[in-house]
Amino acid sequence: MSPTQGTGRADRAHSAGRTVVDIAAAVANGSLSAVAVLEENLAAIAARESEVHAFNLVTADRARERATQIDADVQAGKKVGRLAGVTIALKDNMCTRGVETTCSSKILAGWKPPYDATVVRRLADEGAVFVGKTNLDEFAMGSSTENSAFGPTRNPLDTSRVPGGSSGGSAAAVAAGFATASLGSDTGGSIRQPAALCGLVGVKPTYGMVSRQGLVAFGSSLDQIGPFTTTVADAALMMEVIAGHDPLDSTSLPQPAPMLTGELSKGVQGMRIGRITDMPEGSSPDVLAQLEAAFDALRAAGATVVDVQMPSMLYGLTAYYLVAPAEASSNLARFDGVRYGLRVDAKDLNSMYGATRAAGFGDEVKRRIMLGTYALSAGYYDAYYGKALKVRRLIADDFAQAYTKCDAILTPTSPTVAFKFGDKTSNPLAMYLCDVFTIPTNLAGHAAMSVPFGTGEAGLPVGVQILAPALGEAPMFRVAAELERAQ
Amino acid sequence: MPEPISRETVQKVARLARLDLNDAEVERMTQQLAGMLEHFRDVDALDLSNVEPLTQPIPLSNVLRDDVVAPSLDRDEVLGSAPAAQDGRFRVPPIVGFEE
Repeated sequence: MSPTQGTGRADRAHSAGRTVVDIAAAVANGSLSAVAVLEENLAAIAARESEVHAFNLVTADRARERATQIDADVQAGKKVGRLAGVTIALKDNMCTRGVETTCSSKILAGWKPPYDATVVRRLADEGAVFVGKTNLDEFAMGSSTENSAFGPTRNPLDTSRVPGGSSGGSAAAVAAGFATASLGSDTGGSIRQPAALCGLVGVKPTYGMVSRQGLVAFGSSLDQIGPFTTTVADAALMMEVIAGHDPLDSTSLPQPAPMLTGELSKGVQGMRIGRITDMPEGSSPDVLAQLEAAFDALRAAGATVVDVQMPSMLYGLTAYYLVAPAEASSNLARFDGVRYGLRVDAKDLNSMYGATRAAGFGDEVKRRIMLGTYALSAGYYDAYYGKALKVRRLIADDFAQAYTKCDAILTPTSPTVAFKFGDKTSNPLAMYLCDVFTIPTNLAGHAAMSVPFGTGEAGLPVGVQILAPALGEAPMFRVAAELERAQ
Repeated sequence: MPEPISRETVQKVARLARLDLNDAEVERMTQQLAGMLEHFRDVDALDLSNVEPLTQPIPLSNVLRDDVVAPSLDRDEVLGSAPAAQDGRFRVPPIVGFEE
């Protein structure tokens, strides 16, 4: 089949028609060639990438070399990994040795990292084939991928609309059939929201579950790497490969990866699912209707729906937009024209710093660096950053209270389906509101994921978000699998 | 809450952040930061007096490794991606002696 000829939206969302699980099994037993899988993706890229712009870089030659090697290993009877021949796209804020890594910023243009991120090594060790580096909002700051220095990514389901962000390129690459799966990073919703807007499964693991080593840091106490896939089983397998302790990340949890693929068939009988009665308003009716349908589906499968309260949820957004810029202003201090990428020459060191950073960073990044620097500066720290950390505690307390009554919570992932280009670019606060349901999880360090559930306005996919406590991935995936079965 | 942010404060913060802003950017940034900080006043509705700040989501402290020699990054590879290098080091413009 041609991977690009889908007529309806549902066809396109699964246009390659192959899953991670199927490819890995078929390549390993020799019934499918890794090269053939890759060539389908490359054909899809040739057909539609100019329109979608999912990638900053397509690494076709490296990928062909790699796929050929995997096929040769299978022919020779060598043991291949759990992701043999699975094509994967990487968000361009993950370091790839010798392959340009830009964070979609001019300040890093041309930089080739001297090492691979831990997640990249783990995927490679299991036989994954990397297709390319995907576009993002510059330094992962945004909710629409409109903030990239290299131009926006378009939603493959409707190219007049955004794919979400900041991992918009990673979501678009899978939705367009350019790769079987991808990795994104999620600081305030940057995996879950684009997954919802592109009709995919997207996972934000518990903080510390997946190594951040080699992920260019944005908000270090919030960032987590996670997968985009077309099925829940694919996400479970990807998690098993990328999660688990890494001595190179000092915030990595001292425990092995959770076993999730075995959870999927367990069902939700007897589980307690939380419904937030004081949820922030502003979600569109089509999204709320699907959320209700999701509750109904879980009830029908034997779960109980219980009311919980999150009185501090709306304040999470406010706290996040202090905490994340504060951490970013510190993390982005390293981009100073000395060690990586761009330098604007000047007569002395300080002038070089100021000129390089002025030329290299885009507007949104500058805005957040300024806000964060201000919030951390003498005289303002207690009034802003100190207060934001206290609000963060209230969010964690709300969750702790809620999880005495339930095992997981359902919310919309995004208040709306994919929106049109330019709808929110003129008003930073409107853009930030996209993340009102996803941000609290990052502040608390918990697990969350988005699964596609039905369609809304204009036939576009709706994402339902499953929230779970820290290390709650197993029950979270049981709920996700049940919602997928109910589709 | 502190006073609304001024142009002068924005210019000072830009210096702290080593970010050269032109006049138009200072103007725009002053307005946008004021708007965002105004939004932050929402939290004044909360009683935070007895709330302990949450600095990190999952408490782990003093993660140390054994002090043994292990392979590190390749120096030439690291310097090869830098804007300027010389004699095995990053090369930078003069640090002192150029004050006007």
